[in-house]
Amino acid sequence: MSGARDQVGRLLALVPYIQSRGEVPVEQAAADFGVKPQQIIKDLQVLWFCGLPGLGMGDLIDVDMDVLAGEGMIRVSNADYLTRPLRLGSSEASALIVALRALRDAGDESVRPIVDRTLAKLEAAAGDGAALAAQVDVLISSDEAEANRLRTTLSDAVDRRRQVRLGYYVPARDEATERTVDPLRVVTAEGNSYLEAWCHLAEGQRLFRLDRVSSAKVLDSAVDDHPDVQPRDLAAGLFQPSPDDTLVTLRLQPKARWVAEYYPVESVSELDDGGLRVTLRAGDNGWLTRLMLRIGGAAEVETPAGLSTVVRGAAIAALRNYE
Amino acid sequence: MAARKSERLLNLLITLLVSRSYVTKERIRGVVEQYRGQSDDAFEKMFERDKEELRSLGIPIEVGYLDRAFEDEPGYRVERAAFELPQIDLEPDEAAVIGLAARVWQHAGLASATSDALVKLKAAGVSVDRAALNVVQPQLAVEEPSFEAFWNATQSRTRVVFRYHTSSSAEETLRHLQPWGVVSARGRWYVVGLDTDRGAPRLFRLSRVTGSVDTEGKSDSFEVPPGTDIRALTESLAPPHADHRAQLRVRSDSAHGLRRHARPDDTALPINTAGAGDGWDRIEVSYGRSDALADEVLSYGADVVVESPDELRSMVVARLQAVAAEPAGTR
Repeated sequence: MSGARDQVGRLLALVPYIQSRGEVPVEQAAADFGVKPQQIIKDLQVLWFCGLPGLGMGDLIDVDMDVLAGEGMIRVSNADYLTRPLRLGSSEASALIVALRALRDAGDESVRPIVDRTLAKLEAAAGDGAALAAQVDVLISSDEAEANRLRTTLSDAVDRRRQVRLGYYVPARDEATERTVDPLRVVTAEGNSYLEAWCHLAEGQRLFRLDRVSSAKVLDSAVDDHPDVQPRDLAAGLFQPSPDDTLVTLRLQPKARWVAEYYPVESVSELDDGGLRVTLRAGDNGWLTRLMLRIGGAAEVETPAGLSTVVRGAAIAALRNYE
Repeated sequence: MAARKSERLLNLLITLLVSRSYVTKERIRGVVEQYRGQSDDAFEKMFERDKEELRSLGIPIEVGYLDRAFEDEPGYRVERAAFELPQIDLEPDEAAVIGLAARVWQHAGLASATSDALVKLKAAGVSVDRAALNVVQPQLAVEEPSFEAFWNATQSRTRVVFRYHTSSSAEETLRHLQPWGVVSARGRWYVVGLDTDRGAPRLFRLSRVTGSVDTEGKSDSFEVPPGTDIRALTESLAPPHADHRAQLRVRSDSAHGLRRHARPDDTALPINTAGAGDGWDRIEVSYGRSDALADEVLSYGADVVVESPDELRSMVVARLQAVAAEPAGTR
């Protein structure tokens, strides 16, 4: 059902696209339309049977099948009534206009006039469709602007295969670190942006959350080759605990139930008081102690037995500061 | 047979597009090959469906009468001026920013709407070379599952009803809204509009909407009051943030998160640091909610001490005492 609709939508753009350029290689058309070359050829085979009402002699749209088969080149003629694409739909116009505004807000003085010119032309061409874009707004804070600059810098280092000197904060250990990394890619997952890189300090592949990067300097040195390194599959979730990590059982009071949603827990069971018993893997005790202090009395460590003493000791040490 | 159907849809469109006047159904049946062999019933059904599919692509099919004196049989046409994208001439740098804009949305539906727009502009003769510009590329991420429903309702001006819980209470309430706009601020999406239960404009955080967002009534069922400034309205309705200040003592080379936090969803923002001697630094942070700052302070254990305000200091002490106490079960 939707196959035909999508195909007609594509053809209504493809015919003017070819006609405004004279001729286009199939590969390029496929790239511009974001489909496979075979799909473009199928589309052209449909077009071959279309034309003016009645489809008599001389009414059919002419697709040059010889040059298509021989040179992989698309030529279309006898379709003077399809020289312009369909107007922009309101959702298309709004989505593009909002994206342009975000680009304008994120960019510097040199970009804004270009975006403003583009917006003016686009709004004029989109007509009513553009009016609805006024109902969508994006406020980019200075923090986000900084994050955008950082992401652009790192993406550029990925493209140019340059090493990066990274200042990075490790919250689990409350440490500010400096390291040299070979950037692999910049990805967004679960609402945060990350740099995936080979880290020379850790001697391994790591994900660095961009909002914890305090500085990033692109170096002149080229990245090392890592033929065995593959980008991690993030579909299974970002946090992949190791079976070597300690299995911890926590008893959560009702107000600490959020822990079960926030951290990857291995099991959850309901308790009579409305709380939860959860088990999770903790890589180091420091992280867990910090979590328990943060929850502040609304949770207890049940196992391993020694850990609750560690947490209590940390609280007692902190209380001494207030004596 | 998708190909046969595509052929039929395209031939129907061309018939309606090239005609100067309204085309009757009989005439359409006569000229579009695949309609000819159908029974009356089958043709009617097929024609209705085809019209709807073309309309769903955004093709404006008008209905009218050939002769106003005899309003017997309606005809159909597609007016070229309403169908075609008007002339748009973009300079290479303008085309490049359009290309970059097409990468901004990190949401499947909106990303595909921008790529569809981009394809149409390419069809209008625009050549897009993104590499022509070296600019900062923002991303608009959308994690909230209700985003699409609110986006669509805003675009079509359709009333919506949904379940919502506020930050202070886990209890859900049913809310009725005329959605005026969707806004992204500090990495989160909001919908702003007229809350018809309260009779006043309200702001809702999409991440606090639970379950589905249902539409109520038809599209175009309300007007956004003329002169409504979505940005100004959002700012006036948003809860205040970071307007309290706390003085903290932090051990040197620790509490880096607290020192450097300038993250959108963090309440603590260091604004001044000074050495306090003895391996301690004194910092001042601004914050919105005491309990959120207390959470953060507590996680640093003995490395951070609250000096003032007293309210925050006693909150932290009380919570440390709760952790330090022997668990009830072992007493």
